[in-house]
Amino acid sequence: MDFNTKFTPQTWPDHPEQATLEGKNKFVGFWLFLACEIVLFASLFATYLALKNKGPNGMGAEFTTQALFELPLVFVMTMVLLTSSLTSVYAMYHMKNHNFKGTQTWMGITVLLGAVFLGLEIYEFNHYVHLGFNYTHSAFSSAFYTLVGTHGAHVLLGLCWITALIIRNSKRGLNLYNAPKYYVAALYWHFIDVVWVFIFTVVYLMGAM
Amino acid sequence: MAHHGEVVAKTATEFKYAREQRAAGMRMQVVTFALMIFLTLIAFLAVGAGFSFYFVAPVILLLAGVQVVLQLYYFMHMNEREMGLISFFMWSGILVAFITILCFVTIIWWHNAW
Amino acid sequence: MSSIAKKKGFGATVWDYMTTVDHKKIAVMYLVAGTLFFVLGGIEALLMRIQLVQPNNDFVSAGFFNQLMTMHGTTMIFLAAMPLLFAFMNAVVPLQIGARDVAFPFLNSLGFWLFFFGGVFLNLSWFLGGAPDAGWTSYASLSLYSEGHGIDFYVLGLQVSGAGTLISGINFLVTIINMRAPGMTYMRMPLFTWTTFVASALILFAFPPLTIGLALMLFDRMFGANFFDHTMGGNTIIWEHLFWIFGHPEVYILVLPAFGLFSEIFATFSRKRLFGYSSMVFATILIGFLGFMVWAHHMFTVGLGATANAIFAVATMLIAVPTGMKVFNWLLTMWGGSIKVTVPMLYALGFIPSFVAGGVTGVMQAAAPLDYQLHDSYFIVAHFHYVIVGGIVLALFGSAHYYWPLMFNQMLSEKLGKITFWLFFIGFHCTFFVQHFLGLMGMPRRVATYLDNQGWDTFNLISTVGAFLMAIGVLTLVINVIITAVKNEKVGRDPWGDGRTLEWAIPQPVPFYNFRQTPLVRGLDTYWIEKQEGNTEGMTYAEPLGDIHMPNNSIIPFVMSVGLFIASFGALYNMDADKGWSIYLLIGGLLITFISMFVRSAKDDHGYHLHVEDIIAEEERLYGKKGGHE
Repeated sequence: MDFNTKFTPQTWPDHPEQATLEGKNKFVGFWLFLACEIVLFASLFATYLALKNKGPNGMGAEFTTQALFELPLVFVMTMVLLTSSLTSVYAMYHMKNHNFKGTQTWMGITVLLGAVFLGLEIYEFNHYVHLGFNYTHSAFSSAFYTLVGTHGAHVLLGLCWITALIIRNSKRGLNLYNAPKYYVAALYWHFIDVVWVFIFTVVYLMGAM
Repeated sequence: MAHHGEVVAKTATEFKYAREQRAAGMRMQVVTFALMIFLTLIAFLAVGAGFSFYFVAPVILLLAGVQVVLQLYYFMHMNEREMGLISFFMWSGILVAFITILCFVTIIWWHNAW
Repeated sequence: MSSIAKKKGFGATVWDYMTTVDHKKIAVMYLVAGTLFFVLGGIEALLMRIQLVQPNNDFVSAGFFNQLMTMHGTTMIFLAAMPLLFAFMNAVVPLQIGARDVAFPFLNSLGFWLFFFGGVFLNLSWFLGGAPDAGWTSYASLSLYSEGHGIDFYVLGLQVSGAGTLISGINFLVTIINMRAPGMTYMRMPLFTWTTFVASALILFAFPPLTIGLALMLFDRMFGANFFDHTMGGNTIIWEHLFWIFGHPEVYILVLPAFGLFSEIFATFSRKRLFGYSSMVFATILIGFLGFMVWAHHMFTVGLGATANAIFAVATMLIAVPTGMKVFNWLLTMWGGSIKVTVPMLYALGFIPSFVAGGVTGVMQAAAPLDYQLHDSYFIVAHFHYVIVGGIVLALFGSAHYYWPLMFNQMLSEKLGKITFWLFFIGFHCTFFVQHFLGLMGMPRRVATYLDNQGWDTFNLISTVGAFLMAIGVLTLVINVIITAVKNEKVGRDPWGDGRTLEWAIPQPVPFYNFRQTPLVRGLDTYWIEKQEGNTEGMTYAEPLGDIHMPNNSIIPFVMSVGLFIASFGALYNMDADKGWSIYLLIGGLLITFISMFVRSAKDDHGYHLHVEDIIAEEERLYGKKGGHE
């Protein structure tokens, strides 16, 4: 059993992402990368919390978290991203069943939902900037855009990554070489969702109160 | 580097069993998803209801924590066997993250110093 | 397709190194590049010591002194000590655990090139308008207002080389988790592998805060963000915390592998099993954990409040416990051993008193009230040089002698090595011991000059003389290397005669696939066990001779790093209003990197199989008919 083996659903191993040593390495390595990303985002969250609502003297109250954030939009964004997490679970379910078409389709839906999320985020940022709350406005604005923007950049990277995966494998079908690629991309996508859970709680919900 | 096992075809029964197991697992994931949506709803409603900040903030943080554990242990399969070392690293990362954030909300500003 | 080498031309050799994914060759590249930066940092130190040799000196200007001081620290930590440790990790760890390569050979190469180009970028600042000048810690309250591009070189250079370090850290973690030979349980891993493992875990968690800190500083300078600008609501202390959340574990990232290297040397030349192996492992992990709880002891005088200072003071003192355990274990390893005082052992013997001295002054500073007195004085300079030179540099020099035969199949001259040791060791104590007193007398660190009649003149003179002794010591080491290379006497397997661990069991020169058959590990000090049982083969095999799967070479890591190198220039000059072209540099550089990533992703790279007849042919080429095992 190696990269070139052609599989049927009957011969497809239970853990295709870890059936080769290379796959196993990628699996462990990617989890470690995620552990590292936890600390990366923690540093950004910490900075945000330290600078929340901080601005130059006499900044006025027009741009505080309470005045700025609009929870309905955030709620929609949250639902979209949570759902995309489920769709990537579906993709992995089909991957384990050696159903290539199912994998591709659900990954595609995940990308679409991610794109919707990103579009909403761009709309939101654009809206704030038009109000005058731009990146250089205050320490608070810098910290807010950097934290949420870094998450957005992760979403963008995820979209490019999964799209590239879908395209590169469209002719290849599932094998032990690309199964780990799909798997770690799905892990990455879940992690983006994990970070968003804290963003909507700590930044938006706690900010709106 | 090439110690891959042999290609083994499952018997019809094994195959059927594995499919059913995976389908059952998938149903579990959908339940998890429903739970996550539910937790999110509660969090948004709690904020909308206008209770005291000191009541709502800990509650929604707890909800976020539960939701993340669901993501990690169900969606990302950290509950499976042989994830011990990975769990260790993830929780170490969470510990460092916690200490960092704790520091930044307590001792960054001079007047906050106890 | 592989390094089954015929006689190669110079160009072919260079190409081979640019594309190699072989951990042994990457180790050599780390060694060469790290030594280069080490010499640069050393020259910077010498210039500083010349400036300080007498009061009111004007050998260099105060501004230039600031650049020297900043670049000396930055270079020595990021571009010399870490890469040199990576050199030994790459050279030794896969062999110690019985692996044919690291887990991600491609990323291994990428990590090296990122480090290399980041380091080159940082040092090009000397020629492009001036080096960074806000100290290696680059506190935001100072660096934000530094003119010119020095700080930008610092930020971008460290960002690129830091990415390389992070990649290497993950690579070593996965290698040690997944690639151990059968029987190599965690509690049978040699201590250098263990310390590499823990240091890599520290890299994993310590580098993200640095990445974020550097990014915030970049955004402040490049896009007008306000993270550290108090007039806009920012807070300069954020940088200090982020830097030290990284910076303190960084000390352990450096010193733990040094501990590991010394543990190997002590056991080998005491010809005795390492005393208290499991407590050594435990102490290593404990130091790793505590390393994350103490960063604020660098910031006692910032004004965090008495409670915070007390917590961090106690946590800091706790670290002395596991470190002390290690020192006692080394002493007890030697106790009753049949000690052979070779050059590596000499370094190890010199290390114990030097490092303990550095540790003791560290515990002194852990007492926050005393730290208010010692802070920013030469006492601190003396302390951390005792830790870093007395711990890490001695380990690097000692292991260079120890592992030279493993890496190059040649033995450095013992006689010259002893001269190097004594010159360097005496020079080191000469330089830094007196600095304790200078600090207690009130001489502040990071000053370009000082007034006379303060009683500092003699000690400063002694310190400068010591620095030159160290420099001469390093020169003799270089001469030793050149002489050895010219003589080119092959020494073969286990030249010390007392090798205990798996890396010494491999025939010399080490074939590019490391192990013809994967070994079976039957205990701690596995080669020692085989020797005791009279196994001249040196190892027991876990598999019959068969095809070996090897990774393909690739130029992509090099190209990706060049792309980031170019993009860094674009980002740097983009801050100037009059350099509109820089945006194309930025976009072009990033495009090169992303296209390389895409090419890497789009192509299937399955590696290749080395067949049994290839292995036999390669062994005959390397060892003649009789094979490499005695």
